[in-house]
Amino acid sequence: MISIQKVNKNFGKLHVLKQVDLDLSMGRSYALVGPNGSGKTTLIKSILGLVVPSSGEIVFEGKSIAKDWMYREKIGYMPQIGRYPENMTIGQLIDMMKNIRKNAEVLDDSIIEGFKLYKMFDKRMHALSGGTRQKVSAALAFLFNPPVLILDEPTAGLDPISVEILKEKILEEKHRGKLLIISSHILSDLDELTSDMVYIYEGQVHYNNTIQTLKEETQEKKLGKAIATMIGQKQLIDSVNR
Amino acid sequence: MNRIIKYVFYDILRTRFIIFYTALLLVSTFAMFQLDSDPNKVVMSLLNVVLMVVPLVSIVFTTIHFYNSYEFIELMLAQPINRRVIFIGEYLAVAMSLCMAFAVGVGIPLGIYGVSATGMSLLFCGIILTLVFVSLAFLAAVLTRDKAKAIGIALLFWFYFSLIYDGFLLWFVYAFADYPLEKITLGLISLNPVDLARVIMLLQLDISALMGYTGAFYRQFFGSSFGIIFSTLILFLWVIIPFFIALRIFSKKDL
Repeated sequence: MISIQKVNKNFGKLHVLKQVDLDLSMGRSYALVGPNGSGKTTLIKSILGLVVPSSGEIVFEGKSIAKDWMYREKIGYMPQIGRYPENMTIGQLIDMMKNIRKNAEVLDDSIIEGFKLYKMFDKRMHALSGGTRQKVSAALAFLFNPPVLILDEPTAGLDPISVEILKEKILEEKHRGKLLIISSHILSDLDELTSDMVYIYEGQVHYNNTIQTLKEETQEKKLGKAIATMIGQKQLIDSVNR
Repeated sequence: MNRIIKYVFYDILRTRFIIFYTALLLVSTFAMFQLDSDPNKVVMSLLNVVLMVVPLVSIVFTTIHFYNSYEFIELMLAQPINRRVIFIGEYLAVAMSLCMAFAVGVGIPLGIYGVSATGMSLLFCGIILTLVFVSLAFLAAVLTRDKAKAIGIALLFWFYFSLIYDGFLLWFVYAFADYPLEKITLGLISLNPVDLARVIMLLQLDISALMGYTGAFYRQFFGSSFGIIFSTLILFLWVIIPFFIALRIFSKKDL
């Protein structure tokens, strides 16, 4: 579905992505894990075309995204920090997005419903709290019922009840066979929501396999412990090789 | 594209700056017509507004607007829309609203107090200078990520074309006064859209005699149909070239 081939990205002297090779296939849900500044958001933004790779190619359904833009119709994106026109109301923003993505056949407003956003439709974006903003981002990502969902730290900043609503929604979409890419630092969430793990460290993919395999390899039951063990083993191997 | 233009337009109208700008132009043009009965003299006074105020307002407003709609641009880029369409839509919406403000603010009084050839060429110069400085502002805005820096670059463009370049030209003509400079200064004037507009207007107003021998040369050149086509073409290049450079940078920019 999405194939990332030898992608490099430099921001000035900073080498953020180093020869990233990654295949993401339909029906799977990927957890994107790595320390702060490891390049997770840059990778996500490259898939969306917001960041243009310095070299390498990203292929979506067999077509390079470099000159294409219609593929974004198939992606729902929830950014880490949602930035929206400040003097629009929630209602105007959602209407505008519906107007711009007219091709969507089925609209899915279950998130708007679930977060009770209809009640706040005439609130302006600049008056919203960080959490409410996050809810708007989630609502927009799911609204057009896209086959691919990219969620950048979806649960950060949400209250516990909203987190549960969102997680339920994500699970529902996962069972419908969508491709999910979720970046998060809350590993217990990822344990429930995802089937595969991609571990990124300093711009390189260090691990890419199913979570089941990871747990078996490390003989741990929890994802958090499994990742810690995996990193420990890697460091040990690295030090021996050196 | 139309949808993008519509939303940007809507956003510009909401800030009310454009309405204020239109009103300012309207009031000052009417005031000048009240003060002087000779329409040619009024056009002469308006020329200063066109050459100084219009570029300044266009370039500063456009740069600030670009940065204020950064969120909108970011949001649109994650949607199934071509980057170029977003950029061109932004450009057209801003350029159209500024041109309309100028056309209404200066055009209506001109129409009421009598349409003249000089009045029409003043309108033309004002609109094309607006377009030139909107293009330059977009270029300044995509060159950097920082709003303050971009406004700095935009102001630098304005200072350069309105003040610094003229100083340089004056020094150049003065220093090489012993040589035949007509053709060279003609070339140098083409490098500055504000100067180009000024020369076109001065020749229209029939005061080129004040410029002596050089004035006569310009009159011969710009007065001919070739001269008019040439200067208009150069002014259009001043709109198109910065616009395309900005478009190129924008289509590869990381957001």
